[in-house]
Amino acid sequence: MGILLQLLFTGLGIGAIYALVALGFVLLIRAAGVVNFGQGEFAMLGAYLLVIFFNLLALPYWVAILLSIAIMAAFGVVFAGATYWPLRNRGGLPVIISTIGASIFLENMVLVLYGPAAEQVDGLFDAPGIQVGPVFMDSQYLSIMVIATLLVLLQYLIFEKTLLGKKLQATSQDKEMASLLGIPVAAMILITFAYSSAIGGIAGILIAPILFVSTGLASIIALKAFAANIIGGYGSIPGAILGGLALGVVETLGAAYISVPYKDAFAFLMLLAFLLIRPQGLFGEKISEKA
Amino acid sequence: MSTPPPGSFARPWRGIPGLLAAVAVALVLSRMAPDQGYILNIFMQAATYGIAVVGLVVVLGYCGQISIAQAAFFGLGAYGVALGTVDYDLNFFVALAIGVAIAGALGLLLGAASLKLGGHYLAMVTISFQQILTVVLTNWIGFSHGPDGVRNVPRPMLFGLSLDGGRDYLGLCLVTMVCVAVAVWRLRTTRLGRAMQAVRDNDLAASTCGIDVLHTKVAAFGLSAVVGALGGGLFAGGFRYISPDQFSFAESIVMLTMALLGGVSSPFGALIGTGLLVILPEWLRFLHQVYLAVYGAAVILIMVFLPDGLWGFVAERMRRRARPVLAEVANLPLLARTGEETAEIVLGVTGLAKHFGGLKALDGVDIAVRRGTVHALIGPNGSGKSTFINVVTGLYRPTAGRIDFAGRDITGLPPHLRNRAGLARTFQNIRVFRGMTVLENVMVGAERVGNDVAEDADGIVRRALAALDFVGMRADAHRMVGTLSYGHQRYVEIARALAGTPEMLLLDEPAAGLNMTEKQALGQLLRRLKGHGLTILVIDHDMNLVEQVADHITVLNFGRRIADGGPRDVLDHPDVIAAYLGEPRSEAA
Repeated sequence: MGILLQLLFTGLGIGAIYALVALGFVLLIRAAGVVNFGQGEFAMLGAYLLVIFFNLLALPYWVAILLSIAIMAAFGVVFAGATYWPLRNRGGLPVIISTIGASIFLENMVLVLYGPAAEQVDGLFDAPGIQVGPVFMDSQYLSIMVIATLLVLLQYLIFEKTLLGKKLQATSQDKEMASLLGIPVAAMILITFAYSSAIGGIAGILIAPILFVSTGLASIIALKAFAANIIGGYGSIPGAILGGLALGVVETLGAAYISVPYKDAFAFLMLLAFLLIRPQGLFGEKISEKA
Repeated sequence: MSTPPPGSFARPWRGIPGLLAAVAVALVLSRMAPDQGYILNIFMQAATYGIAVVGLVVVLGYCGQISIAQAAFFGLGAYGVALGTVDYDLNFFVALAIGVAIAGALGLLLGAASLKLGGHYLAMVTISFQQILTVVLTNWIGFSHGPDGVRNVPRPMLFGLSLDGGRDYLGLCLVTMVCVAVAVWRLRTTRLGRAMQAVRDNDLAASTCGIDVLHTKVAAFGLSAVVGALGGGLFAGGFRYISPDQFSFAESIVMLTMALLGGVSSPFGALIGTGLLVILPEWLRFLHQVYLAVYGAAVILIMVFLPDGLWGFVAERMRRRARPVLAEVANLPLLARTGEETAEIVLGVTGLAKHFGGLKALDGVDIAVRRGTVHALIGPNGSGKSTFINVVTGLYRPTAGRIDFAGRDITGLPPHLRNRAGLARTFQNIRVFRGMTVLENVMVGAERVGNDVAEDADGIVRRALAALDFVGMRADAHRMVGTLSYGHQRYVEIARALAGTPEMLLLDEPAAGLNMTEKQALGQLLRRLKGHGLTILVIDHDMNLVEQVADHITVLNFGRRIADGGPRDVLDHPDVIAAYLGEPRSEAA
């Protein structure tokens, strides 16, 4: 029982990371109809920025984090300008391919500029963690969960309680109507890219102390986030969060009780099962096209 | 100017001289390569990847389905050959056949997933498949040798000839590549190829043209997987060593990029893309590690500046002005009919209901269309007219009610089977196959299963030309349909329906979006069709048009039938006037 609880804790921690990346992913789908294969690179870049600011330049930890997030937000706009903007009127596939191109580019640019050596980063807190009954709560996992929860709450408040949030929602629901109502749709989409990139960066920053920071980080996280998205329901925000958490738990339990080498396969088996049995996911809408 | 002799539309030998020439070139080329070493490996890689990328043309280029798992199929072929020959002592070609068969079967399965899923979902299924295969190949060490891979893969004997030498084996790979490319090029102009392109351009319209959309997608995935595995099997022999990382997600992306770079709509484009991306690393060698970054950036630039790939760019500039087709063809069979109106009910609809949640778009509608009549279905916006046509043609499932067509209950049939039973339609928002020529669009209609010419390649062309003659569009036969005006696209849609010799034609607001002249021409066309006794159900707002052609009118409002009868009676009916013009002032007060 104690082991199970411990595994659940770990799984939820990893799942929270998937959920954050999935969240950035789903926002882009909703705002711009973009399936961004570069979402994992956002996390990778966030983690590398932290390495640069904290490990190399020895800035204070919080300054390094805030600086990294700010740069990631700005980067989101650049990313949109390169991959989305020129292709925005040409349907889904060209944008998908160009984000794939961007992910190859980013991963390899980091490799060239930084080298292949994996880096280790300190956690948010010096204390290793706290013991609660049979479960040892690692401080970094705890931080991840707390910060992820706060971010989700913050996002909820922004979207539901502010005018900017309403505009973003209107843009994601009907671009044409939104622009007729005087909402600057292009700006809303760019804001979404910035936010999505920042939130991806935060996920990378949070997971950096747990995994080694390397260029391989990106593709693993991205694929899991995609899977979380489909499991939760394509385009659904609560779905992305729950899908991410579910994936983290299933993966951790699968690795502990069934097989470690096949750990990465569980996510995709779960995904396939959902796609074939319940393609609309946990929260998604039925897929249909109007004649 | 020459008139093609009769019977020359189908050209079964087309491409054969080119194939022979290309095979010869491939063999010569293989003799010029060194017998071993680095340069040979580059050739070998280009040839085997080329085969797999040509496979992508089928699924992505022709059928429009994203597959990010071509490296997985490539790997299945490679492992089939490697494990079959090394561990199980099978003959090379037997092992290859097993690998190809397994890949083909899994490809069919992936295609079957498209029953429920499209677009990004399907892409995710292929990615999952790709990832799971990589994990299994890496970890099932007892079977696959794990990350160490399989060594000493032998090369085969063919007709008593040893292909162990590098040049000889390269010859086999290049000849296979050429044959696969020509076969895929030919596929484009076959019935299956046209069906794939129709599904790509507009799957709803394809289903109402009698195309089984699911079967077509499954076939595309299956073919693509088979071709991919064929390339992989040859790859294993070529390099004599394989390991799981050679068939990873990243390689699938590389193959996708090769196809898109060269031009995914043509196997020759795919080969150009493959060659370039195999050689590019050599050219970019001076960039050292930056190479992959440059490559990623190149992908974005290609997408932005060469949307149709290199081949598309070249083909666009080399496109010759197609000559008009001059051959005389027989008239459409329906033109031989006389416009006899009979009491027989062709389409009988009883109690038809369609609810979308709480909205009752159709609420118990009865309609009987007699053979040889033009039956108009009118009603204000939102009265349920288009929903009616969509339910009758099978695009929507009815909530309740029954549809009989030509003496048979079709209520539960999918759209393509309704079309095969003789029900053809056009769409309010025109649905033509934009990536195809006018003639090809109409040929898709002509080759519906059940049409008299459906099995006759030559007859299909003749029938399509006849249908184009009827609507006056023959001169544009070789134009891309997307370049035509809106009104002319409508004619193409009508010709597509007529070429299938339907029992009955459903026209969904044919006058929508047409100007006055075009509307008049359309009215004349409908009167001509009526004169030849084709049963037509037409929906329209244009009362002028309806009055000109209708024998019988049914009026819908709020999903219910409010009037039914001869044109005069119906148009004078107070409920109809009220529905269209509002209540008279005296009653409203």
